Amino acid sequence: MLSKKQARNFFLGGTLVTFLVFIGLTIFSLSSANDQTNEENLTAEVVRGKELWEKNNCMGCHSLLGEGAYYAPELTKVLDRRGAGYVKAALMSPVPWQPSGRKMVAYNMSDQEANDMVAFFEWIGEIDLNGFERIVSPLAKRKAANN
Amino acid sequence: MKYKSQKVAYWFFALSLLLLVLQIVYGFVMGFARAGFDPLHEFIPFNTARAVHTNLLVVWLLSGFMGAAYYIIPEEAQRELVHVKLAYVQLISLAVVGVIAVIGFHFNIWEGRKFLEIPRGLDYLVVVNVLLFLYLILVTLFKGKRQTTTALVLSMGLLFAALLYLPGMIPFDSQVLDSFFRWWVVHLWVEGVWELIMGGILSFLLIKLTGVDREVIEKWLYVIVGLTFLSGVLGTGHHYYYIGVNKIWLIVGGIFSALEPLAFLAMALFAVNMYRKGEKKHPNKLALYWTLGASIVSFVGAGLLGFAHTLPQTNLYTHGTLVTAMHGHLAFWGAYAMIVFAIISYSLPNLTGRKLYDGVRGRMAFWVSNIGMIGMTVAFGVAGVAQVYLERILPEKGIEMSFMEVQNEIQVHFVILLLCATMFTVGITAFVIDFVKHGRPTDEAIEK
Repeated sequence: MLSKKQARNFFLGGTLVTFLVFIGLTIFSLSSANDQTNEENLTAEVVRGKELWEKNNCMGCHSLLGEGAYYAPELTKVLDRRGAGYVKAALMSPVPWQPSGRKMVAYNMSDQEANDMVAFFEWIGEIDLNGFERIVSPLAKRKAANN
Repeated sequence: MKYKSQKVAYWFFALSLLLLVLQIVYGFVMGFARAGFDPLHEFIPFNTARAVHTNLLVVWLLSGFMGAAYYIIPEEAQRELVHVKLAYVQLISLAVVGVIAVIGFHFNIWEGRKFLEIPRGLDYLVVVNVLLFLYLILVTLFKGKRQTTTALVLSMGLLFAALLYLPGMIPFDSQVLDSFFRWWVVHLWVEGVWELIMGGILSFLLIKLTGVDREVIEKWLYVIVGLTFLSGVLGTGHHYYYIGVNKIWLIVGGIFSALEPLAFLAMALFAVNMYRKGEKKHPNKLALYWTLGASIVSFVGAGLLGFAHTLPQTNLYTHGTLVTAMHGHLAFWGAYAMIVFAIISYSLPNLTGRKLYDGVRGRMAFWVSNIGMIGMTVAFGVAGVAQVYLERILPEKGIEMSFMEVQNEIQVHFVILLLCATMFTVGITAFVIDFVKHGRPTDEAIEK
C-alpha cells in the first residue's frame, strides 16, 4: 500500500517534471523560428492599437483570437468582413454604435487612434491560428474568397 | 475555535459574502443586457459589468481563502496568529484595493485583459497586500508547534498563487504573448495552485468532520494535488491551441487537459469515501453538505464540463463561445465558491458560539443555490451549443448567419438564465441571512 512518503514524492516529483517540461515547451514555442505572428510587422501603430484595445477593455464585450466576452462580434477577421472604413466609423462615432440591437460604448476616437486600431486588426488578421482562422469568422472567409 | 486570533477569519468571510452579493448584482446587469434589456448602458456598459463580475469573483474567493487560512493555520500550528492587528490592516487594505478597482472600472480605468483588469498601479498594492498576508500566515505556521501536511499544502497554494500573479504584470507589445502569459496566471491559478488551497481546506474539513485519521487523509491529499499538477500544468496548453502559437500545444494540451478531470474525480471519491469511513458524526450537518457538495460539483463543473470542450477537435468550434461560460460558472461554483461556503459553515458556529448546525434555512441555501446554478449552467450550455452550430457549423453547409443574428436567435435562453439566477440568488440570500443570524465572533466561544 502507498505510504505517505511515497505520496509526497509522487506530488513533488510529478510537479517538478511537468513544470520543467512546461518551461521547455514555452521556450520552444516562443522561439523566433516558431513565430506564427509575423512579429516583424509589429509596428508602432500596431502597438498603439493594442494599447487602445486594452485601455478601453474591448475584450469586455468583443472577442479576439477567440478570447473575450462573446457579447459583441469576434474581431479577429473584422477587416476581411467589414473593411477598414466601417471599423473606423464605429470607433469614431460620437453616439453609441448600435447596428443590430446591442449598444457599443461611444469611443469618439480621433482619426489617428482609429487608424492605429485598424493597423492592430490587420496584424491580428494575419496570425496563423492553427486552423481556427477558418472557423472563427465564416463570413470573412467567403468575402475574402470573393475578392 | 481554539485561539482568539482565529476571529479575524470572520471578517474576511463577511467581506467575502458582501462582495459575492455585489458580484451577483453585476451578473444580473449582464444577464438582462444579453436578454435585450440594457437600460443602464450609459452608466454600466457590458464591459464594465463583466470586469466587475469577474474581478469581484476573484477578490471574494481570495478573501474567503484568506479567511480560511486565518482560521485553519492557528489551529493546525497550535498557536495564536502573529500580529493580529496587521491581519486587520491586511483585511481593510484588501477591501480598499478591491473597492478602488471596481469604482475605476466605471470610469474606463482598467486594463482590458480578461480576468486581470485591475490596472498595473493597483497591481503593486495587491502584491504588497498578499505579501503581508503570506508573512502573517507563514510566520505563524513556522513558529507553531507543528507543521501539518494540511497546513503546508494550504500555505503552498497561497504562496504559489501570489508568485503566479507576477507573469501577468509583465508588459508585452504582442497580443499573443500577452495572452500566453495571462494564462500562466489565470489557468495555473484555477487549474493548479487554487486546487492546492481547495485540497488543503477540504482535508482540514474532512479531518474535523469525519474523524478519519489525519495520516490517511493527508496521504490522499498528496495524491490528489499530485494528480492536479501532473495534468494541470501541461493542461495549460488547452488555452494555446488557437491563439497563434505552435501546434505542439494541440497534442500536449489535448492529452494533459483530458487528464484534468481525474484529479477532480479523485477529490470527489476521496471526500465521499472518507465520509463513509468516518466513525465520528460531527453535528454540523451543513458544513458536511457543503464539503461533500464542493467535491462532487467541482468534479461535474470543472472536470466533466471542462472535458466536454477541452479536446482540440471540439475546441476548434467552441473556442470563444458561450460554451466557455457554461463550464466557467459551474466550475467556479463547485470548486471554489462551495469550498469557501463549507469552511464558513464549519467555522461560523465555532467563532460565534451559536451552534446553528442544521435548519431549514441552511438546507434551503444549499439546495436552492445549487439547483439555481445548475439551471444557469444548462441555460448557458444550450445557448452556447446553439451558437456553435448556427455561427460556425451551418456555414459549412452553406447557411451563413452573422454574430448578432445568432445572438438574437439564442436570446430566449437568457430569460431562462435570469430565472435560474433568481433562484440561485434566493439560495445565496438564505446563506447570508444564516451568516448574520450567527452574530459576531466572541472570545466566549473558545473551546476549553
